[in-house]
Amino acid sequence: MSQLKWQFTTLVEAKWETPTVKTLVLDAPAWTGHKAGQHVDIRLTAEDGYQAQRSYSIASAPDDKNLSLTVERIEDGEVSPYLTDVLQTGERLELRGPIGGYFVWNSDQKKNNSQPLLLIAGGSGFVPLMAMIRHRANVGDNTPTRVLYSARSDEEIINREELEELASKDSALEIIYTLTRKQPKHWKGYHRRIDRQMIGEVAWTMKDNPLAFICGPTALVESAANLLQEIEYKSENIKTERFGPTGG
Amino acid sequence: MNDNDLRLDGNAVGGLLGEIFQFEMTTAQTTCAGCGAIKTVAELMLYRHGMGAILRCAFCDQALMRITCIRGCYRLDLSGMSGLQVDADVH
Ligand SMILES: Cc1cc2nc3c(=O)[nH]c(=O)nc-3n(C[C@H](O)[C@H](O)[C@H](O)COP(=O)(O)OP(=O)(O)OC[C@H]3O[C@@H](n4cnc5c(N)ncnc54)[C@H](O)[C@@H]3O)c2cc1C
Repeated sequence: MSQLKWQFTTLVEAKWETPTVKTLVLDAPAWTGHKAGQHVDIRLTAEDGYQAQRSYSIASAPDDKNLSLTVERIEDGEVSPYLTDVLQTGERLELRGPIGGYFVWNSDQKKNNSQPLLLIAGGSGFVPLMAMIRHRANVGDNTPTRVLYSARSDEEIINREELEELASKDSALEIIYTLTRKQPKHWKGYHRRIDRQMIGEVAWTMKDNPLAFICGPTALVESAANLLQEIEYKSENIKTERFGPTGG
Repeated sequence: MNDNDLRLDGNAVGGLLGEIFQFEMTTAQTTCAGCGAIKTVAELMLYRHGMGAILRCAFCDQALMRITCIRGCYRLDLSGMSGLQVDADVH
């Protein structure tokens, strides 16, 4: 592996996904490619030399044209409000990556269909899973995939349009939401935290030889992983990535 | 929020370990000297502090890896693990 180097990228486009979540499209001339699920480290340097560093998942698929990140603004946060509200197009952003080899998914056409995917996300934990979904769609992989996405309200669902568009064209991709705090009128979906019953209804069973990716706030990740273990998933079938307290 | 909500996992130190090691370390297999659990670095619990980070066993809380970086010098304490297997092919 070549040593991870800090590199400068330029913000070429920014787009609000929800009232608090923004996608940053970057021009990254030194980028060498990545796998779906990997992240970058972002480093901000103040004029006095003070630096702050945070990790952000790569939202774009390996096969997409540009590198993009999707960042949720955490009130009073040191780094995320800078990325969502201060950084302007044309300005530089320093990062290093791609990072990580465990929480990654590669479409393997030879093994296509052998391991159905269960993608469980809370809040901004959906970002690396969206990279996997985009990658899967880009290469025409038809691995049966179920997404269980927990958000506080329907306005907080990231990439909703794109996701539903993909699912409408692909019967092997199913999206299940649970809205934990606020539901639109006539909402028929789940409206509670992920629990045993929900997992029982949504998850593939062990005889399907599934592969689960769980990402989001630490508490959600750990509880979902425990629930999968209760239905006999082995640790080889479960990959987790904790974002800390963020992301609802 | 309780303290556990603040913990992360070994995925988040991929960048830091990449400063020190040539190979992808989040997929390296660790053996816990406390309980014998074999887990990748990514599956360890991560607690960050001012000067570095501690990676702990998810089962018995043993500290497997303590990493500090002070004035440009990395210091690793690996005494909590009895094995570390690094795959040279994983990039
Ligand atoms: C591997 C990895 C990948 C990640 N990928 C993404 C990503 O793709 N998109 C993304 O938006 N984030 C992602 N994160 C989270 C991100 O790294 C930062 O933790 C997040 O943006 C907050 O940073 P900050 O500097 O704004 O806040 P900080 O200054 O770090 O935090 C401010 C304060 O708020 C607290 N806090 C943080 N969140 C909450 C909350 N929800 N409720 C209450 N208190 C809170 C903190 O504990 C702290 O006290 C990822 C984290 C990891 C480890």
